[in-house]
Amino acid sequence: FENGKTQLFNSRGVVLKIIKHYQEEGQGSEVVQGVLLGLVVEDRLEITNCFPFPQHTEDDVDFDEVQYQMEMMRSLRHVNIDHLHVGWYQSTYYGSFVSRALLDSQFSYQHAIEESVVLIYDPIKTAQGSLCLKAYRLTPKLMEICKEKDFSPEALKKACIGYEHMLEEVPIVIKNSHLINVLLLDLQEKSTVADKPELLNLSSSNHLEKSLQLLMDRVDGMSQEIVKYNTYCRNLTKQQQQKQQYLQRRQQENTQRQSRGEPPLPEEDINKMFKPPQAPPRMDTLLIAGQVNNYCQNIKAFTSQNLGKLFMAEALQGHSS
Amino acid sequence: MNQCDWQGATARIPWRPALSFSSSPFVTILHFLYKIMAVHGPFVKIHPVVLASIVDSYERRNEGASRVIGTLLGTADKHSVEVTNCFSVPHNESEDEVAVDMEFAKNMYELHKKVSPSEVIIGWYATGYDITEHSVLIHEYYSREAPNPIHMTVDTALQSNKMNIRAYVSSQMGVPGKTVGVMFTPLTIKYIYYDTERIGVDLLQRTRASPSRTNGLTTDLAQVASAAGHVQEMLSTMLSYIEDVLSGKVMADNSVGRYLMDLVNKVPKITAEDFESMLNSNINDLLMVTYLANLTQAQIALNEKLVVL
Repeated sequence: FENGKTQLFNSRGVVLKIIKHYQEEGQGSEVVQGVLLGLVVEDRLEITNCFPFPQHTEDDVDFDEVQYQMEMMRSLRHVNIDHLHVGWYQSTYYGSFVSRALLDSQFSYQHAIEESVVLIYDPIKTAQGSLCLKAYRLTPKLMEICKEKDFSPEALKKACIGYEHMLEEVPIVIKNSHLINVLLLDLQEKSTVADKPELLNLSSSNHLEKSLQLLMDRVDGMSQEIVKYNTYCRNLTKQQQQKQQYLQRRQQENTQRQSRGEPPLPEEDINKMFKPPQAPPRMDTLLIAGQVNNYCQNIKAFTSQNLGKLFMAEALQGHSS
Repeated sequence: MNQCDWQGATARIPWRPALSFSSSPFVTILHFLYKIMAVHGPFVKIHPVVLASIVDSYERRNEGASRVIGTLLGTADKHSVEVTNCFSVPHNESEDEVAVDMEFAKNMYELHKKVSPSEVIIGWYATGYDITEHSVLIHEYYSREAPNPIHMTVDTALQSNKMNIRAYVSSQMGVPGKTVGVMFTPLTIKYIYYDTERIGVDLLQRTRASPSRTNGLTTDLAQVASAAGHVQEMLSTMLSYIEDVLSGKVMADNSVGRYLMDLVNKVPKITAEDFESMLNSNINDLLMVTYLANLTQAQIALNEKLVVL
């Protein structure tokens, strides 16, 4: 498996269904989720269908997700649709999806089926002109760590995981069948031309503001974590020093007592006296770092696009002036 | 009954069963109907996701089945119907009888309703070119489920070299009181997209153009470049048209001329210095943001290394 399954074949119906699901159900910053179905073929993962999950509402307490899934898959099997669970999809708000919940869900999926992926669909970026759909999978190293559930600094140090090695991106390829090509041809003739090519829109400050705000929040969170870790380190060293001092004093006392002929003081259990401070779990820090990295990359891509657009506008002005 | 709403279909003659039997007022009313029919008809708005699902289920049909049927879901209001979702229903068809798995249809509808409670059954679809007698039976079943269902056919066998997508509604036919038949009257179809859907479909159109029928999702700057190329193409088409008109080859069209005026006026007229300063400030903003993003990334990388020490 290790380096295989590098490509993801997505059939167009899936793309459209995901878009539609978000459009109809997800408003604001809620996420919509659903399940991906498909097959594994040689070194490719083919996604051929998907169905959405209903939203969690407060008055729907007795709603059983697992049952819903089972029923859907059984029904789909009747109509010859591949019913192999190969992953799940989620919409995201400005690219903020690297979270504990995502990690946990993806881990459980990947544990069951090795090649499963999570498709992240960014509706806001898509509305700006180009489909933004990315597929991610947890790296094998991260899988191991999740299995052990050991998030202390030492374990992470051993595994040498950096925030860049948490999720690996899988390239997506979209494949159309011939019949769908005919359909598209038909559609193109009959439908009206899009009247606003959003991609060339120059007003970008709103989007930039939002992204930067989210980035700042994350960086704040990050600095908090760093402070926590630093205090932990300092406490640890202080404690070591205290331990040493105590041991030394003990030694001195013992030699004094011996010289006076008294029995030495019993060796007390130092560990009980100096309980080592709790090591903060590093997983959250990793997640935040990964999220910050994601934001930065998105922002950079966005600014490069905008620069291109600005230069185009300049060329236009240059002609008319 | 709801049938009155649908009587405004185009091009066929619906018969009103509630009318009297004498001929002359009937004829005048028929004339009147003709007039309103020609003006507008109820529309069926279809989302491309529905068509994609239909084609997909056709490709996965069982061996020996020549066509596939399924349910259409969506919303309906007074003048138009919007089809937003669909699912296929297993069925068996032979010469003299047809069996459709209704339990399955009901189950699927319940499941779908949990996700999007606003969708209702508004009709059914079938692949294939003609409407057969079996369709009438199936249609009757669906009329029990939904008020005035729509029947849609998608010609996947490509009989006329095109995928004909048509929609029909049924109406009563015949002399009331005696034998009644059912006739399917066609409706006009419009394709409607959400904005994001349109972008998805555009991407898929590009996939169509590539020879191996596959396409990767392009990087950001490349997208701007391709959009720019698009605009350039459109401009060159326009330029060639203008040159033709100027040299007298083509008749000048006033409305096109007006659009051209609009276009030229849309480029805002700003003095050179103002534009320079605006451009520079924008570029500075973007560069600063890029710098900050890079700085942040370097910071977290550094932090990572320090922790591992």
